[in-house]
Amino acid sequence: MTTYREALRAGLREALADDDRVFLVGEDVGRYGGSFAVSMGLLEEFGPERIRDAPLSESAFVGAGIGAALGGMLPIVEIMTVNFSLLALDQILNNAATLLHMSGGQFNVPLVIRMTTGAGRQLAAQHSHSLEGWYAHIPGLRVVTPATLADARGMLRTALADPDPVLIFEHGGLFGLEGELPDVPEVVDLDHAAVRRSGKDLTIITYGACLHTSLAAADRLGADGISAEVIDLRTLRPLDTDTFVASAVRTGRALVVEQAWRTGGIGAEVAAQISELGFWHLDAPVGRVAGLEVPIPYAKHLEAASIPQVDDVVAAATGLVR
Amino acid sequence: MTDHRLELFRQMLRVRRFEERCVELYSGGSIRGFLHLYIGEEAVATGVISQLRPTDAIVATYRDHGHALVRGLSMRSIMAEMFGKADGCSRGRGGSMHLFDSATRFYGGNAIVAGGLPVAAGLALADRMSGREQVTVCFFGEGAVAEGEFHETMNLASLWKLPVLFCCENNLYAMGTALDRSEADTDLAVKATGYAMAAWSVDGMDVEATEVAARRAIDMVRSGGGPVFLELKTYRFRAHSMYDPDRYRDPAEIERWKERDPITMLEVRLRDDGLLDDSALEQLDADIGAEIDDAVSFAESAAPAPLDELSRWVYSDSSTVTTATTTGGAG
Repeated sequence: MTTYREALRAGLREALADDDRVFLVGEDVGRYGGSFAVSMGLLEEFGPERIRDAPLSESAFVGAGIGAALGGMLPIVEIMTVNFSLLALDQILNNAATLLHMSGGQFNVPLVIRMTTGAGRQLAAQHSHSLEGWYAHIPGLRVVTPATLADARGMLRTALADPDPVLIFEHGGLFGLEGELPDVPEVVDLDHAAVRRSGKDLTIITYGACLHTSLAAADRLGADGISAEVIDLRTLRPLDTDTFVASAVRTGRALVVEQAWRTGGIGAEVAAQISELGFWHLDAPVGRVAGLEVPIPYAKHLEAASIPQVDDVVAAATGLVR
Repeated sequence: MTDHRLELFRQMLRVRRFEERCVELYSGGSIRGFLHLYIGEEAVATGVISQLRPTDAIVATYRDHGHALVRGLSMRSIMAEMFGKADGCSRGRGGSMHLFDSATRFYGGNAIVAGGLPVAAGLALADRMSGREQVTVCFFGEGAVAEGEFHETMNLASLWKLPVLFCCENNLYAMGTALDRSEADTDLAVKATGYAMAAWSVDGMDVEATEVAARRAIDMVRSGGGPVFLELKTYRFRAHSMYDPDRYRDPAEIERWKERDPITMLEVRLRDDGLLDDSALEQLDADIGAEIDDAVSFAESAAPAPLDELSRWVYSDSSTVTTATTTGGAG
């Protein structure tokens, strides 16, 4: 057995060993071992040039990652949490996402940015939000959300091979997730959503930690005689619309599950795509289970009530089918 | 040496005349968007860039015509860009504020004040990690000093001993806000010194003084001493952009600075040294005028950036993947 955290570390180690142009930079990635212990031991293995501790200057070290990428390196920039990435939003949007187009195709930015996202650890409103949908709004970026051990390890490799900026959102609630990893890394594609459970009565479309909430809900629904298909979006931009629309068309019912706020989020986009492309095949309006529209609170019961729980998904799915 | 001083003069005059024509074209509607003129500040880009090697990199701001021209982007490609044409140096995607050129390692006009500084640090980081003796020069205005990205990058570049030259073009006004209305301490070099790097002020109206300072600074940076900060004291003779009615400056102040016009100052010296006379100047001006005429007719007759390629280069296609990702050197 291994963990999601160890899978991320395995992906990093493999990437660093594989290509001298790869380096990791961010706050506490080296001496401390990573704020969530993801990069533990890598400083000893690869040295301080390539496991590069940065001052608390998100804009400068993200921008430096962009510049280094322009200069021929393959930087992996770690941002401690998604909320801190807002301090680097200028660099991510105005430079990383924009330079290729604005330069008429001359300057691509092969940069990878990893950051922790999501609620569930009682870290309150400045460490717990799910802003990956925001980033998925931006043309020029690729936004990926590993929810399984294989994706935690493999998405990094594929992201590094991408000539353009890729943002990897690692859900903080998943670091301790246990599972098996093969000895040899699998090649992971970033172009397709994954059907994590097959079903015929409705399609649950989700990503990140909510995949596991949704799978647990599907188990309970199954016991009630409802067969739910569960799709892991994996990549929020560009969206693999074909996979989830085809599934929704086949089952006739769709439910989107996400921790992020409901209004204007990626779930709204998924629902819109299903409505546009699959409307005549639907037996019910597209349902949504999303985060409550509050800044994530500290108290355990308040936080739990702010984000989708298994009960919420079961209730919404049951309501769609019956 | 003689030729070199004349070349400095020619470059400054070329930038001046180019922009004077841009004003006419703007008034005529051929150029739109924002147009920020460098008139009055030509000595800065000319003096600094003359000291660079072809493999060095430049990050500039939205006031970037001078830097691009002196760096060697063709006048045709710059003019075509401002006309929104397919042959523009940014394929019509950037306009006046966003000139780019991979061949000369010109990483753009960045129109977010201080937004280019972290990128310049990163280009320098790549050079250092790859063992290349290259320098990245980052130009920005004194307005950038008020931004957090300036301070973050000064610290990061110094901490990591990155080969980057920070060139602060202090023209005294951040759009309409005078330096002493935005900075508690108006001594800019002192701020850089606070980040443990060499920093000094230079008369940015004097192209030869600028060149001497740039040569010394670039030598320091290239030899591995870490970043250097130059404050180049200069002045724009025109408004911030074509939209700016320029109500915040005393006309007498502008006239005082015009007495130190960088082009006139060098012209006087060259005449005194017997290197320039009326007929040589006339010839120079005529040659520059011909180059501008050629650029304008090229831009006028070039094809518009094609609509069916509008969505191209949001992500790389096969023709773009090879640019900077593997070599990082001059293309």
